[in-house]
Amino acid sequence: MIKMKKINKIYGTGASKVEALKNIDLEVKENEFVGLIGPSGSGKSTLMNIIGCLDVPSSGEYYFGGESVENFNHNQLAEIRNEKIGFVFQNFNLLPYATAYENVEIPMIFMGVKAKKRKSMALELLDSVGLAARATHKPGELSGGEMQRVALARALANNPSLILADEPTGNLDTKSGDEILAIFENLWKQGHTLVVITHNPNISARAQRIVKLIDGTIENNGK
Amino acid sequence: MFLPQFLRDMRSQKMRTFLTIFGIIWGTISVVLLLGFGVGLEQRLYKNMHGLGEGIIILWPGRTSMAYEGLGKGRPLRFLEEDAFLLEREILQIKYSCPEYSKWDVKLKYKKNTYSSLVRGIYPFYSDMRNVIPERNGRFINRIDIEQKRRVIFIGFSIKEELFKDEPAVGKYISVNSVPFQVVGVLIEKTQNSTYGNRDEFTTFISATTFSSLFGYKYINNMVIQAHDPFQNEFIQERILQVLGKKYRFSPKDTEALLVWDTMENEKTTKAIMIGFNTFMGIVGAFTLIVGGIGVSNIMNAVVEERTKEIGLKMALGAKKRFVLGQFLFETLLITLVGGAIGLAFSYGIISAFPTTSIEEYIGKPTLSFGVGLVTVALLGLIGFISGLGPARRAANLHPVDALRQ
Repeated sequence: MIKMKKINKIYGTGASKVEALKNIDLEVKENEFVGLIGPSGSGKSTLMNIIGCLDVPSSGEYYFGGESVENFNHNQLAEIRNEKIGFVFQNFNLLPYATAYENVEIPMIFMGVKAKKRKSMALELLDSVGLAARATHKPGELSGGEMQRVALARALANNPSLILADEPTGNLDTKSGDEILAIFENLWKQGHTLVVITHNPNISARAQRIVKLIDGTIENNGK
Repeated sequence: MFLPQFLRDMRSQKMRTFLTIFGIIWGTISVVLLLGFGVGLEQRLYKNMHGLGEGIIILWPGRTSMAYEGLGKGRPLRFLEEDAFLLEREILQIKYSCPEYSKWDVKLKYKKNTYSSLVRGIYPFYSDMRNVIPERNGRFINRIDIEQKRRVIFIGFSIKEELFKDEPAVGKYISVNSVPFQVVGVLIEKTQNSTYGNRDEFTTFISATTFSSLFGYKYINNMVIQAHDPFQNEFIQERILQVLGKKYRFSPKDTEALLVWDTMENEKTTKAIMIGFNTFMGIVGAFTLIVGGIGVSNIMNAVVEERTKEIGLKMALGAKKRFVLGQFLFETLLITLVGGAIGLAFSYGIISAFPTTSIEEYIGKPTLSFGVGLVTVALLGLIGFISGLGPARRAANLHPVDALRQ
């Protein structure tokens, strides 16, 4: 699914130079459930951004689905993010002025799905996370757990092969966190590949494999 | 779903939105009114200019300034009626050529009212060439008047006022140097800003044949010539020198032998001045509009700032640069066009309500022409596009990771 060879990410130059990632070699196979852990500042988010094609490495090789993406331009990267990757953020990142189903529709808009089909697909996705009844509510009217479920529905909008989540339960109480976790497990069983940054021991316990990052290098690559 | 968001943004910042749109409204009104007044003035100038006739040449005999075929220089020339017809026959580009007799200080009298007038002796087609058009119920000198040397007269509207006051004039008899003439027509009211002799409103016209037999004139005062195409006037002037030079034996290069007034020259000058004037007006207006555009650009920059995180999110979810670019350009154009539409409506109101007073004769009536509308819409579109481009590009060039971190 993804393969990284000697990935480095350097911010700044000279005295302010920061090596966020050093010689990362990482492979994630299809339908794997990988937990990414490590103290803050260890480079988890940077690695996540590169895996998610939001950022490009300073050096090294990165293959997504067999394709080398280092030389992709903005539009090609946008297409990969749109079609192959579903993002779930710690702070949900929902548009506050849009209803739940409108938020779910966003990736489909960029893919060019027609309005009518978009709406029915969005409603279906909301139903799959148990939020059909809340489709016309705005984020301000939803609980944290509900917002994250909307975000999950959005991440699944274009049926991506990879789901990338950054602390998906970080802002949730235990009960809501468990609900989200259950959905993740479900997705995994359905064949999705999951890469999840987490501090939540429940998630790391259920992940197939744990990758631990310390100071920009992989310390532990396995369970 | 992006339009509601845009409207919500605008609503949440009512004062800011109002001021932005106000800038565009103000600019639009400036452009439309300045150009509208320019067009009105131009139309009025042409209308006044055409009081004399459209693109005509007026030709007087002069004095030779070159020795030619054994004849010395300084020889005065005089023209006959037939010379006008000779030119019309010889020069294909001429549509009409009319001989014109003139006599000043002719005493006109009706009952106890008298008036001392310029009388011109002319042919019927003079009416079209010089825009000497009769009021309803009247007519101009016609072919039968010429053939029968009728004693009929066509009078300017100011002379009609002097002699007849409120009485109708057509059909009445007036004495012209003690000879009775029947009034057949009165000039319609027209404005005229250039003349040779006197304005038509103070002039009377009779048949050329009547004129020559009544006053015993053999030579005409001048000719009035109209081309099929006024842009050939220069060529026609050269040909006139050749044709009349051959008949009267002066050099075709002797430009002083004929005194020529080509009214197209005035028209060209006026046109050049008006182009300059309208360009100046347009630029002044456009600058006001540009200031409005700068306001819009500023606002859009602030909007990009406020929505950075959202832009980052959309990019993460797969929005391409051109989508972000398009969204912000669309919003900017929308603000500009809404302001522009309101501005155009206001301008239309102001122009419609413009008082038609006596100053209209001089400055004309401001006009919201198709051209003015087109220029304004084009300017608005351009300004909207330019002022939106900077902020939109800034938004589209945001790095998704940095934008998301906001």
